Amino acid sequence: MDIVYTLWLRNVKRYIRSRSRMLGSLGMPLFFLLMLGFGLNSVVSIPGFDQGYIGFIIPGIVAMSVLFTSIFSGIQIIWDKQFGFLKETLVAPVSRMEIMIGQTFGGATIAFIQGMIILVISLFLGNHIASFAGFLIAFTFMIMIGLSFTALGIAIASRMEDMHGFQLIMNFLILPVFGLSGAVFPIDNLPPWLKSITLFDPLTYGVEGIRYGLLGVSHVNPVVSCTILGAFMLIMFVTGAYLFKKVKI
Amino acid sequence: MNAIDVDRLTKKFNSLTAVDNVSFSIVTGEVFGLLGPNGAGKTTIISMLATLLDRTSGKAFVNGFDISREQDAVRKSIGIVFQDQSLDEELTAYENMDFHGRLYRIPKEIRRDKSLELLKLVELDDRKDDLVKTYSGGMRRRLEIARGLLHEPRILFLDEPTLGLDPQTRNHLWEYIRRLNRDNRVTIILTTHYMEEADALCDTLAIIDRGKIIVQDTPDNLKDAIGGDMLVIESPDSSRLKSELNGFNWAKDVRIHNHTVYVNLMHAEKHIIEIVNLSGKRGIEINSVSIHKPTLQDVFLHYTGRTIRDEEASAKDQVRMRRFRRNR
Ligand SMILES: Nc1ncnc2c1ncn2[C@@H]1O[C@H](COP(=O)(O)OP(=O)(O)OP(=O)(O)O)[C@@H](O)[C@H]1O
Ligand SMILES: [Mg+2]
Repeated sequence: MDIVYTLWLRNVKRYIRSRSRMLGSLGMPLFFLLMLGFGLNSVVSIPGFDQGYIGFIIPGIVAMSVLFTSIFSGIQIIWDKQFGFLKETLVAPVSRMEIMIGQTFGGATIAFIQGMIILVISLFLGNHIASFAGFLIAFTFMIMIGLSFTALGIAIASRMEDMHGFQLIMNFLILPVFGLSGAVFPIDNLPPWLKSITLFDPLTYGVEGIRYGLLGVSHVNPVVSCTILGAFMLIMFVTGAYLFKKVKI
Repeated sequence: MNAIDVDRLTKKFNSLTAVDNVSFSIVTGEVFGLLGPNGAGKTTIISMLATLLDRTSGKAFVNGFDISREQDAVRKSIGIVFQDQSLDEELTAYENMDFHGRLYRIPKEIRRDKSLELLKLVELDDRKDDLVKTYSGGMRRRLEIARGLLHEPRILFLDEPTLGLDPQTRNHLWEYIRRLNRDNRVTIILTTHYMEEADALCDTLAIIDRGKIIVQDTPDNLKDAIGGDMLVIESPDSSRLKSELNGFNWAKDVRIHNHTVYVNLMHAEKHIIEIVNLSGKRGIEINSVSIHKPTLQDVFLHYTGRTIRDEEASAKDQVRMRRFRRNR
């Protein structure tokens, strides 16, 4: 546990120190929140959601913030590889599993904080919280998204030599996962073929879970969301741990 | 028990054999030097012994533990200072030390005291709370060495420890390495490009080229094996001079490197006149002549066909290249 804490601590320290990273990864979610929220609030109304369009997308944007931050945190390992710091960790008498868990917790913590910042900002935009318990439900889903996608980031970073593939990941992984998740549109009204695609996107269940927590309503039953996202989290964690174990430097 | 036993260790990268059937032993408590030109395989050997790289074939034991089956025990026994930087630049020097101490499960108070003591030793105590990214190359190097010593390893690997350090700091470090070896009985394996360093520090030296160990002995024995004197002649017409000299049976060994002729012979002072006269007669121009006892430079030239000066220069270039790559 000491080792896990050590790696967690390093990640969090680096995050707190790097203001540009903090602000940088808030930029996109804030942009979406303000543009879509205020742009479409008066023209779009979604049946079953009485908080308006802006209220509807807040959970989606929170999820987006957590998603982006956690994948980036996981991918940070590539920098450690390139700058040599990974060697320092790997030559120590600690198991790769402990390192992997520490990195995952660290990344998820940072992602959770970034999500919280969006959540707090949204309170100023007139978001009402259904209940305290709802808050906790939303937190749980945020943490699960954070853990899943940090682990995914680590899995990817374990197989990548350098940052050259980053554009690829951005365009073919992060954006589709976000776009297809029902973060900014209700999945119930989609044509059936598109809806079935969104149901394959693990983030859909994260967004739906947060939405249930914050608004008290969602398209997918929160228990179902929790189960599917939990399963995805486990799979990502095992994959990440497996690939990280095989990292060569 | 030996600190390290290496038995027919081999590492292949695809078709390239970086380490080729290497065997050697390092006695506990000695300072062992690996000397070789760029790309000889020094870092690869150290990486395998430190369990960072899988071997292709062969066996090796570090502190009695098998490097492929008892990796954790090996890791607990060793400390390592890598050739390339391995610090976290976003953390302070003290935090880098602290991180290391935690990874090696050193109790809190000892971790703190030892970190401060070592930072003082490498004269970084007044900068310990600055981020490493504000450090110069030499300061980083010193920090890495301090960090490698924090957990008091039984066996310490130093891969080019003093590359890029100023002479004063280098002397300082030599002193510390000697003390560590003598007082704490830490076995030390170092690779270096500095002949003086190898001569000053190492009990045993292995010269390695193209993945093979060519010769292994004490520095004194290596120099004695060459024997006699070294005569160094600078001449614009070095190849002609060389073929003339080859005609004398007292010239044990004649080599050309960078337009300079190196002659190994007994009683050089007796033959200088002979050489100068001959050159005059044949019209071979000579710029300078000098005599010295064989040094490790000559040993190195003898076995690898290169002088360490080239190696030093290109090693520096390499460091520069690495920095350059990183800064892009
Ligand atoms: N990961 C790798 N993949 C492919 N080839 C490698 C790898 N690492 C090293 N090599 C090759 O193995 C050979 C030995 O490299 P190594 O780094 O061990 O040399 P070295 O003796 O440490 O040299 P230097 O004095 O420059 O540090 C070189 O030809 C190098 O190109
Ligand atoms: Mg090397």
